[in-house]
Amino acid sequence: MIEWILFFSLFFLALSILAIIYRLVVGPTAPGRVQALEALGINLIAGVAIFSVWLRSTAFFEVILLFGILSFIGTVALTRYIERGIVIERKQSD
Amino acid sequence: MKEPNDVILKTAAKIAAIIILTFSIHLFLSGHHNPGGGFIGGLAFVAAVVLLYLVHGIEKVQRNIPVNFKKIAGLGVLISVFTGVKGMMDGHPFLNQTFGIVDLPILGKTETATAVLFDVGVALAVIGASLTIILSISDDR
Repeated sequence: MIEWILFFSLFFLALSILAIIYRLVVGPTAPGRVQALEALGINLIAGVAIFSVWLRSTAFFEVILLFGILSFIGTVALTRYIERGIVIERKQSD
Repeated sequence: MKEPNDVILKTAAKIAAIIILTFSIHLFLSGHHNPGGGFIGGLAFVAAVVLLYLVHGIEKVQRNIPVNFKKIAGLGVLISVFTGVKGMMDGHPFLNQTFGIVDLPILGKTETATAVLFDVGVALAVIGASLTIILSISDDR
């Protein structure tokens, strides 16, 4: 029973990743693409988590944490680029 | 153009940087038997420092971390090559390694390997090279 649930959740996660990739490639605006990239990271994290439940293993938890960190920093950098035009500023006003 | 307000980002980055730095140390120390090691530990460290650069700007971070990252990269390569050559001095092959069980004060009996020294060099080289590349690319002058 639980394996069917896990299988179907992985299947629908794959479908949503396909939809996200469509938005990432075709998407008309840059903020939409950034949001699609963030959603892609979230979906991949969910996929790895479901896979580690399926295998009853804790070996992939570091992958989840690292993916979350990299997705967070990537989103911050891209939104900073959209908002101000440069990624790392030389002088920041406090 | 009105002044952007990023107090949420600054507050989140304070907590996230601590988590990422702790995680990078964990990755570095677990590298002998589990996934991890000098390279990925150094990259996680670079992620934390890049987050600080993103939030606070180049000048403020370089005022608080007054380190030339090119020298860090060179020092790391030097440490790695020296740990490789040290085995050759005793007649063993290049990059020969050894390990032993020692009693540490808090950790108790711990397996210590000389590969950790090589990993320290790799981590320093990765940190220096990546931060030099990222700061050179992002320079807007």
